[in-house]
Amino acid sequence: MSADLQINTAGKLQHLLTTEGLPSEILLQILDTARSFVSVTEREVKKVPLLRGKAIFNLFFEPSTRTRTTFEIAAKRLSADVVNLNIATSSQTKGETLLDTVANLTAMHADMFIVRHSESGAAHLIARNVGPDIHVINAGDGRHAHPTQALLDMFTIRHYKGEFKELRVAIVGDILHSRVARSEIHALTTLGVPEVRVIGPRTLLPRQVQNLGVQVFHDMETGLRDVDVVMMLRLQHERMNGALLPSAGEFFKSYGLTPEKLARAKPDAIVMHPGPMNRGVEIDSAVADGRQSVILPQVTFGIAVRMAVMGILAGN
Amino acid sequence: MTLPDAEQLVDRLAEQIRREATASVALVGIYTGGVWIAERLHRALGLSTPIGTIDIAFYRDDYKKTGLRAGVKPSDIPFRVENADIILVDDVLYTGRTIRAALNEIFDYGRPTSIRLAALVDRGGRQLPICPQFVGATVEVDLDRTIELRRDEGGRFSLALTPASAPPP
Repeated sequence: MSADLQINTAGKLQHLLTTEGLPSEILLQILDTARSFVSVTEREVKKVPLLRGKAIFNLFFEPSTRTRTTFEIAAKRLSADVVNLNIATSSQTKGETLLDTVANLTAMHADMFIVRHSESGAAHLIARNVGPDIHVINAGDGRHAHPTQALLDMFTIRHYKGEFKELRVAIVGDILHSRVARSEIHALTTLGVPEVRVIGPRTLLPRQVQNLGVQVFHDMETGLRDVDVVMMLRLQHERMNGALLPSAGEFFKSYGLTPEKLARAKPDAIVMHPGPMNRGVEIDSAVADGRQSVILPQVTFGIAVRMAVMGILAGN
Repeated sequence: MTLPDAEQLVDRLAEQIRREATASVALVGIYTGGVWIAERLHRALGLSTPIGTIDIAFYRDDYKKTGLRAGVKPSDIPFRVENADIILVDDVLYTGRTIRAALNEIFDYGRPTSIRLAALVDRGGRQLPICPQFVGATVEVDLDRTIELRRDEGGRFSLALTPASAPPP
């Protein structure tokens, strides 16, 4: 899928669909702007008038609590009007139906769509079919991309670790089914992280994953050695058809992040997780709630980052 | 035309504020030039309240036209705005739109007792009913020119005229 759809003729961000192919200047503009929004959310009035009068539609064809809520809070803090639509997917859902929904909402003067869909490419399809005044944000499409999650992860890393250029980052777990992992890998490499590792069993790593510029490890002991950042992924039961894994217990034994395994990383390494967590499957509670965990700050930063994305898009 | 010496204007501004303001007054500078001036005034006046800094990007009235520029700075007001006496500091006062945005932003931190306005240079051309209480100098310049405050490596201020990139905002 081309990144060009995201950039308008003036060279500015029109839609945010994927981190793949986005230049580092745009990624950094989002991260810088988000820093200013963090200071807004610490004030008495946690709102700015930027998007007054804009109508933002949260189109969620797949269930989500955290992402939908943080998008909603972000839009409200920008003074936009937000409409939440949780549309249950059925196997009959076809492109045409999706575009009909969008056409109807456009007729209600929507300014922005935030789209979560189980089909890869759903947000792209919408972006290709809306007018030049409408902006689309991909809030997760199938196994493909989840750019705002990747951006809030980048913001979190920058907050705790400073410069990207000297970091060693490990992404652990079910890379195969993870749109988060894919978006993170593209963002990390674009921002100049010299060493991105992926750690997981062969059955949960995409073929040719090393072509994305990552180093592949199949065991935690070597993979976590001296890393600055550990990015855990959720084991995606709902996306698994077929026996890719013996059992959740087996997975935890090999790839669950325990204090012992984490001790391989640098002593000041941070632990991240996009949520929702499966405690005792991919992460031990002692780590999830431990001093190196930045999982809850990730959620808080997610609001500022989504405010930044919406603020930049709506002005372009 | 020749522009006045910015260093002298800062001194003049500090003198005016010293005569009128109490020691408990708090300064809020508007990025970027206003923050520089506020820092200098803070030192000259020996104020105890730390300075606030604001970037008005999220309050601009031309957002629909220009969007969000890159390089927005985080605003930071490290004192209680509620019941504070504030002097808002900017480098060049022109249409008054920046000040309108700054006032709105300050009120989102709390309700101050008063806000007064200090500008290093007032170039007229107001489009809103905004009037400074402290002014370094009033100057007249052509509409197609922008007055720019510069700070060299040694921290010395100077004023420069540059072609306006766009008509008055």
